[in-house]
Amino acid sequence: MLSALIFLPAAGALVIALLPRERVALPRLVAVLFTLAAFVLSVVMVIGFKPEDEFQFINTIKWLTPDFGGFDLKYRVGVDGISISLVLLTTFLTLLAVLISWNISLRPKEYFAWILVLETGVLGVFTALDFVLFFLFWEVELVPMYALISIWGSGRRQYSAIKFVLYTIAGSSLMLVGILALGYSAGTFDIVELGRMGPLQDPIIPASAIFFLIMAAFLVKLPIVPFHTWLPDAHSDAPTAVSVLLAGVLLKMGGYGMIRLGVQILPEVAKDYATLFAFIAAVNVVYGAFITLRQRDLKRLIAYSSVSHMGYVLLGISALGKVGLTGATVQMFTHGTITGLLFVMVGLIYDRTHTRDIARMRGLARHWPFIGVAMTFAGFASLGLPALSGFIAELLVFLGTFEKYEVWTILAVTGVAFAAGYILWTIQRVMHGPPMAEWEALPDATRWWERVPVGALALVIIGVGVYPQVLIDLIEPSVQVVVERLG
Amino acid sequence: MFDSINEFQVWLIYLLPLASCLLIAAQYVIPAPIRPNPRSLSTLSILLMAGSFLLALQTLGVVMNAAEPGQMVGFGEHRWLSIAAGDIHLDVPIGIRLDGLTAVMLVVVTAVALLVQFYSQGYMAGDPGYPRYYAFLSLFTTSMLGLVLADNMLMLFMHWELVGLCSYLLIGFWFANPARPGYTSPAAAAKKAFIVTRAGDVGFLIAILLIWTRTHTFNILEIQEIAEAHRIPDHIITLFALGVFAGAAGKSAQFPLHTWLPDAMEGPTPVSALIHAATMVAAGVYLVARLFPVYEASEQAMDVVAIIGAITALVAATMGLVMRDLKRVLAYSTISQLGYMMLALGVGGLVAGIFHLMNHAFFKAMLFLGSGSVNHGTNTFDMHKMGGLRRYMPITFATFVIGSLSLAGIPPLSGFWSKDEILVDAWYENKLLFAAALTVAFMTAFYMFRAVFLTFFGEYRGGEPGGGHGGASAHGDESHDAHAQPDGGAHAPAHHAMPHESPLVMWLPLAILAVPSILSGLVNAPFFHHPFGDFILQSVPETLRHEPHPFNWGIAISSSVLAVLGIAFAALLYAGGRVRVPLSLLARPFYVLFSHKYFLDELYERAIVGGILYQGVWRLAAWFDATVVDGAVNGVARFTRGASAIMRRAQTGSEQSYGLMLTGGAALMVLFLFITALR
Repeated sequence: MLSALIFLPAAGALVIALLPRERVALPRLVAVLFTLAAFVLSVVMVIGFKPEDEFQFINTIKWLTPDFGGFDLKYRVGVDGISISLVLLTTFLTLLAVLISWNISLRPKEYFAWILVLETGVLGVFTALDFVLFFLFWEVELVPMYALISIWGSGRRQYSAIKFVLYTIAGSSLMLVGILALGYSAGTFDIVELGRMGPLQDPIIPASAIFFLIMAAFLVKLPIVPFHTWLPDAHSDAPTAVSVLLAGVLLKMGGYGMIRLGVQILPEVAKDYATLFAFIAAVNVVYGAFITLRQRDLKRLIAYSSVSHMGYVLLGISALGKVGLTGATVQMFTHGTITGLLFVMVGLIYDRTHTRDIARMRGLARHWPFIGVAMTFAGFASLGLPALSGFIAELLVFLGTFEKYEVWTILAVTGVAFAAGYILWTIQRVMHGPPMAEWEALPDATRWWERVPVGALALVIIGVGVYPQVLIDLIEPSVQVVVERLG
Repeated sequence: MFDSINEFQVWLIYLLPLASCLLIAAQYVIPAPIRPNPRSLSTLSILLMAGSFLLALQTLGVVMNAAEPGQMVGFGEHRWLSIAAGDIHLDVPIGIRLDGLTAVMLVVVTAVALLVQFYSQGYMAGDPGYPRYYAFLSLFTTSMLGLVLADNMLMLFMHWELVGLCSYLLIGFWFANPARPGYTSPAAAAKKAFIVTRAGDVGFLIAILLIWTRTHTFNILEIQEIAEAHRIPDHIITLFALGVFAGAAGKSAQFPLHTWLPDAMEGPTPVSALIHAATMVAAGVYLVARLFPVYEASEQAMDVVAIIGAITALVAATMGLVMRDLKRVLAYSTISQLGYMMLALGVGGLVAGIFHLMNHAFFKAMLFLGSGSVNHGTNTFDMHKMGGLRRYMPITFATFVIGSLSLAGIPPLSGFWSKDEILVDAWYENKLLFAAALTVAFMTAFYMFRAVFLTFFGEYRGGEPGGGHGGASAHGDESHDAHAQPDGGAHAPAHHAMPHESPLVMWLPLAILAVPSILSGLVNAPFFHHPFGDFILQSVPETLRHEPHPFNWGIAISSSVLAVLGIAFAALLYAGGRVRVPLSLLARPFYVLFSHKYFLDELYERAIVGGILYQGVWRLAAWFDATVVDGAVNGVARFTRGASAIMRRAQTGSEQSYGLMLTGGAALMVLFLFITALR
């Protein structure tokens, strides 16, 4: 079932590729059908998921056996509570990303095909239980992203696309070295086995070197300062749906990798460097917030706020405790929905004004009440208003880390005040004040494919915020396994 | 009906306004032409609010009927968020803390909310955002009630933030309006209110983190017991208390975080009455009172509360002396009185503080609603344009004077009794704080009657033409269409040649509020043996239930005399219809300082945020990010390209050069082997 889910979007991409070129309305229909099917399938899996068990829905296919240099390379996928929540997030956001792209007129066939290929790549990353397979899926994501940014993007899209690809490859090539060193030292690439074994005996290079080689890819992806500058460029030049997916799910590949492949496989090393990570995380939060406060481009502003918010993920992980790790996972999920919504809103504004320059906007909420309300809602979710999901995640992270790192946590807590600053200032500048004649004639977001994604995201944000235990019950037992590794 | 109450009934107090908010929000899903009439929505909202009020009264009755009036009524807790982490259990339940303090707050909040909703039918009539307004008011009331009912720090904090949200939404209700000359725009005021209070909330949140890591509980009662028994180190108690106080200082507009409250007056006036006079701004005082045993366990924390309270009371009163805008006078008065309450708590006067909170809620809500009524009649809040209104608006005038007398502390009105208790408590604790409080009492009487004389006496000075009534739009800019002034609605075209009394929906709440403004002081009068005090003291452990200080005739008389002097002084200067008072050379610098609000807005907004942060730290960070961090990235790319440009020259494609390199390389290797062999 899991394999069906992973390759369903790829099959959809294949179908789209075979469609006749003249039928321009058909690709989006096929894309919606396949992403909807994938979403439904993942919901079914979540319902059937037993949180108390470890990896489930496992599929194993022998591959490159026997005796490939003594290794038994397998196609092996499965999910636990941490990954299934991210799988759900991925299928949900991809469906919404397809909807929000309903009016794409430039080469729709290729566009939707690439989005679907991207979904398969990301789902593979979150479910792979073999480290080599993980790496393959990790690299799959690059191709569609390059195409999507460089063809359907705006501004300096070529530069941004290449920067994104080169940066990711730089990180992942280091990871490949780490994976090989780990495999040769441990004698297996099986993630489940690696996550159970004791400390490495006679690694071919020091265990800490392996750890940092692997982490390199994740630090770039999350992203962690100073390896973050690809993000604002990629975000501001990517089309709306790709920004949603980039912030919503691609960044989470970094956080997920840190937990599953960093902390869980090499817990001793993680413990040695935890304080360093807590420090970097706090810097990430504050530094990201500072730069956000200087942005003049709406999309760059949200991109930098993402950098700040991803600091909370790293902070939660660095505590290496149950509450913090649960908080980090909840933060990944919830940031996906909240920042996804923010990018949807910016996309809707950009569709109308064709500018992202904050200085050129004013009083939009008066013309466009729907956009005004939704943008304000998304903003408050982003600044961590209680009863919305962002607050829960930040709270758990803070509760998890304060005991260990008082100073770094306090520094990170000040981030919530800065977040209020940049969000409310932006809303004031863009939404409030007397409206401008320039945008008066433009219509509010009234089409179904504009309203459905906004409404769906808002419901999830409120749902998790009001009753977070639904999500926590799903995640908690799997986090327990990670925590037990840490002793 | 006052024998017992079940948990669901108490929850209904909270849920009824929430239902009203959700119902109003839900009707926006219906297509505009078939949406219910706005009037029916406000009626629904008022009815639900009335139900909530009646249940609050019943709750009060039940708590009063307990074996010991005010005793805590226990309910179970409900699982909300829980994570088992080894031997630590992170548990955030949902639960109600119901005792004397809670019951009083429930009644105050629902009573004022009900009257404000009723009044708003008149004040907000014709506003295109009328349903939205009622939805926000209801959501605010729910959040405020949740804050009061919460039995644990985290639930309290969550509702604490939600009242902040509602305050933001209601201050910025007319978000499209431009700024009036000399004032901030509603949108900017809303933003400022949220950010400044959130700065305080950072401290609050850190305090919650601190106490959880030391005690592993959020339950307020348990935290109180732990602090009281000193089961955690004293400096932790102090830090916790100060962190919480930072949050309280933000919400209750204590110096130096008070600057947002005057600007918050850009919101609709009934909102100012409910949120920025009676309830939300009192939440900080409530919070300190709720955690009173914790503060009692830390002398330093108590001192800080008392001193900040006294400074706030004084500083705000001085600014109240010179404001031209009627609502601004009331705003500074509110800040000053909140400082008074904090001062009371800081000197150990739990009862005095809460007593004053209750009395103040009634008379200050009435004063604000009265200023709204004045605005309704004259289209302005500028006192220089009012005058003589007592002839045109007799009910507003009468109630406004009652409120002012009560606030000034004239016996036997309610304000006198609670102010007297605060003065007595301060007298026995610290003479300097007492002196400050007495000075404030004089200034209060003066500035309130300056406002009374400027507004209601002398000759009418013309008001403001057209525009409508929301303060923010009184100077409506003609270049904007009607949409730009959402409050323009029904009143826009009408030019008020002469001011008029407000309609029944508006003056009735004023008349109702006049009753407690006169009488609510009696509930804790010494000759009734302080029943209110006993009631409130049930919410703290027995060791903290001090006997009240005896009534002190000396203090009572001196404060009353000072109040009368203040009124007389105001009469002397302003009763003759004079607007500006010539200032002596000595008073001039003080006037500049006060009327510029001690230049704190300039310090915060221009110097610190606009200068040091925006043009300094943040700019540096952004420059560093673009030039150094991203520069390094692009530098690596350039280096790679440069290096490859050099390297690729080797790839000439000519066989001769490859052959040359091959031969040369082989020769080098031979040479190398030869040398190593030699050694």
